[in-house]
Amino acid sequence: MRQILRHKLTIVFLFFGILILLFILMPLVKMVIASDAGILWDTFKDDQVRDAIWLTIKTALIATVIGLILGVPLAYVLARHNFPGKRIVEGVIDLPIVVPHTAAGIALLFIFGRKFFMGQLFEPLGIEFVGAEPGIVVAMLFVSVPFLVDSAKEGFKAVDPRLEKVARTLGASPLQTFARISLPLARRSIMAGSVMMWARGLSEFGAVIILAYHPMIAPILTYERFESYGLEYSRPVAVLLILIALVVFITLRTIVYRGEKS
Amino acid sequence: MIEIKNLTVDLGDFVLKDASLKVEEGEYFIILGPTGAGKTVLLETIAGLYPAKSGQVFLDDQDITNLEPEKRGIAFVYQDHVLFPHLSVWNNIVFGLKRRKKSKEEIRETANWIIDLLKISHLVKRKPATLSGGEKQKVALARALVIRPRALLLDEPLSALDPETKETVQRELRRIHDQLGLTIIHVTHDFEEAVSMGDRIAVIGEGRIVQIGTAQEVFRQPNSEFVARFSMARNITVADIQDGEGECAFAYVGDTKLEVVTELRGKHRLSLRPEDILVSTEPFKSSARNSFKGPITHVLDKGSILYLTIDVPPELICLVTRRSYDEMDLNKGGEVYVTFKASAVHVF
Repeated sequence: MRQILRHKLTIVFLFFGILILLFILMPLVKMVIASDAGILWDTFKDDQVRDAIWLTIKTALIATVIGLILGVPLAYVLARHNFPGKRIVEGVIDLPIVVPHTAAGIALLFIFGRKFFMGQLFEPLGIEFVGAEPGIVVAMLFVSVPFLVDSAKEGFKAVDPRLEKVARTLGASPLQTFARISLPLARRSIMAGSVMMWARGLSEFGAVIILAYHPMIAPILTYERFESYGLEYSRPVAVLLILIALVVFITLRTIVYRGEKS
Repeated sequence: MIEIKNLTVDLGDFVLKDASLKVEEGEYFIILGPTGAGKTVLLETIAGLYPAKSGQVFLDDQDITNLEPEKRGIAFVYQDHVLFPHLSVWNNIVFGLKRRKKSKEEIRETANWIIDLLKISHLVKRKPATLSGGEKQKVALARALVIRPRALLLDEPLSALDPETKETVQRELRRIHDQLGLTIIHVTHDFEEAVSMGDRIAVIGEGRIVQIGTAQEVFRQPNSEFVARFSMARNITVADIQDGEGECAFAYVGDTKLEVVTELRGKHRLSLRPEDILVSTEPFKSSARNSFKGPITHVLDKGSILYLTIDVPPELICLVTRRSYDEMDLNKGGEVYVTFKASAVHVF
């Protein structure tokens, strides 16, 4: 610490850093502290709230699993190979970050709506998107998958390609090499990306509300209570959501970064 | 036996052109060349890890040019070992055996055989990150040898090691080679390493194979200035060669007349190794035909040996031991005699 404070510039930078930290923490902490534990408990016992929170966690998890299955192979290809248009593919992957989420929701509606391509494709299977859980998953997947793909890509890039080459000369097929060498060595980045993706899905509002107002996920429930009953009623829901997200986020981060130093 | 025929490999920045060579069964073959000559890529092409642009690779008369690397049975050891960091030494070693669907019993037996051969039983439970350079090298070798490869490719296996470990590993490599009768291709940029390890040497430079021969051939009879320089012949010059007396020819370098043994006539290059020149303070009486006198213009002190530059002219670089240097009381500026045999001068 003394080392850090020796330079005046560092002190100035630290001051700015503290401002941004306070900006993030103060509203969250204040809301949590100002909440009455009794009211929080009552809110938690409210079935509608519990269902909404559970639905949010579940759908974000499903979106993450789909992201893992579809995104990790792409991340590997992007990390290992150069091909014409690679930059464009990478740009497309990051597109959901820059598209306003309500606009993304509307765009998704044009594909997953009942009358449109994906909607029609899945209809015989009994899967509907609009106003249904799959719609929530699709919206979350859209807005959060860049976090996983980018993180996994960096993880694969950090694996020395010669490790894979040696594995091949020792008799491993490309698939075995991927499963035994590349994947385990990029595991931490993939897990970190999954946590980010899941957390991002958890907090999604804009895209989901367009595709599925009902069944209601927690951010939409918070919004609805705020609109209908005001600040006092919406706060406990928001606080619960924050607390649960925080606990899961911290736990997962601890697991992912455990042993980082060793 | 490994044979490559007219192999061309495109490396982006430059091309390795039309390389052909044949490595016999059980031979210890060296590929020697400067850094960036494409040696690693040549090895990777033989192993199937890098695509050949044209040409063919044969393993025991079978064309393997388009065969997947995992089906070749050619093991590869990189300079910095490249052990799997997430696996223990034991799991590194058995990696190849597990891919071959051997029984547990067989895996254990084979792994223990190689672990005993390389004397690394004390390392098996450790993680690669905790090993020293020499230990990593042995584990990398064990991992490669345990699959009983049809050939072993070594990419600068000694470069990352300190001098002492280097000598040990060097002996170890030779011992394993002799014991297993293994075909080895060993890539290096170090000429001394090449001469002391290899049965035969291929010198590679400027995108092609320049010379192939036994260590002594490359050492004594370089076929080009590139090889002569690379083998540290040091004294390389152009001479006008004319008929001499009997077997000998005269080589004129400026005003100096040297006696050489060659059939060649006209403008050619000469090379003369520093260790083939005798330095003395008195004229040296011997059958050697070439004897000159000149001042020492430069002294390069290498500890146990010294390189003297003596201006005959031309300037000749000679090697003396520390002991003779001290005994003869040589100094920069002092006049000395240089003597060398006509046959020591290589004309090409």
